[in-house]
Amino acid sequence: METNRQCFRRGIRDGMPIALGYFAVAFTLGIAAKNAGFSALQAMVESLTNNASAGEYAVFSLAAAGAGYWEVAVMTLVANARYLLMSCSLSQKLPPETSLAHRMLVAFDVTDEIFGISIAYPGRLNPWYTYGAMAVSIPGWGLGTFLGVAVGNVLPLRLMSALSVGLYGMFLAIIVPPWKKDKVVLGLVLLSFAASFALANWPLLAGISPGIKTILLTVVLSLGAAVLFPVQDEERGEGQA
Amino acid sequence: MKNIWLYILVSAGVSYIIRATPLVLIRREIKNRTLRSFLYYVPYTTLAVMTFPAIMEATQSPIAGLLALLAGVFLAWRGASLFKVAMACCLVVLAAELFLVPGGGIG
Repeated sequence: METNRQCFRRGIRDGMPIALGYFAVAFTLGIAAKNAGFSALQAMVESLTNNASAGEYAVFSLAAAGAGYWEVAVMTLVANARYLLMSCSLSQKLPPETSLAHRMLVAFDVTDEIFGISIAYPGRLNPWYTYGAMAVSIPGWGLGTFLGVAVGNVLPLRLMSALSVGLYGMFLAIIVPPWKKDKVVLGLVLLSFAASFALANWPLLAGISPGIKTILLTVVLSLGAAVLFPVQDEERGEGQA
Repeated sequence: MKNIWLYILVSAGVSYIIRATPLVLIRREIKNRTLRSFLYYVPYTTLAVMTFPAIMEATQSPIAGLLALLAGVFLAWRGASLFKVAMACCLVVLAAELFLVPGGGIG
């Protein structure tokens, strides 16, 4: 059993590639924020309080268009709705006796990446692991946004391009290893790739935001898998390691 | 001109409520087997959907993104750590784009 301190340290270690990737992504977000009239400080505060790339991008575009506050609220809800599903999953990953304070802190940074590594944590999640990852990734995210507004395009395009796939590499490190033990996950991931590719290239759906497509596919495919291949009792929790 | 700080407040509030509600309200283990299975599969589906084809759109050259995907799958299958897989994907793109994207050598 790891101590909280060890968990925190491991979270920092696993959070480092996230922080690097975040820095690059946030940098490009900062450029969008600048175009929407945000100061470097305002953009950084937006990033530190929202922790969401697609959601923030939507806010910046709406702000640039002078949209109303209700529109911003609804768009934030839609762009971030997938986090609702992720939080549901995480609620089952935390020990049931986890305190309200821990739950509220973990909730603050449910992002694609932090969620990903938290779910990959063996057995029940120790919140300190997530805090370790947050401790490095949130500053990377905030600083990247700040610098994106402040200094614009100083990172070479080649470097930005390379850094931008780091996040996807992490996703692969989470979704691939279970393939050996669980062929349903293998089939589900390959099917998800194919369906996502098809939807992205279907002209009829061009007007639907990527966030909505993600939610639709996640719900439909996960539900299908749950009905056809319900997990055995001993697989739960530990099966996700 | 709207107030930017109000935009920030609204988006921050909505973002937090979305994330906190399930974590605060669902305090017990869910017993329903289908629902449990659904929540077990959600991470894999959602991360897979977000990875592809997006990884090919994140890079300057889609082929570089595809090569990063293949390298990432191979290394993850071989049991490489999160950090190694992520870094390898970055290096693959960096190397591939030296050939695939001519003249982009801004240093």
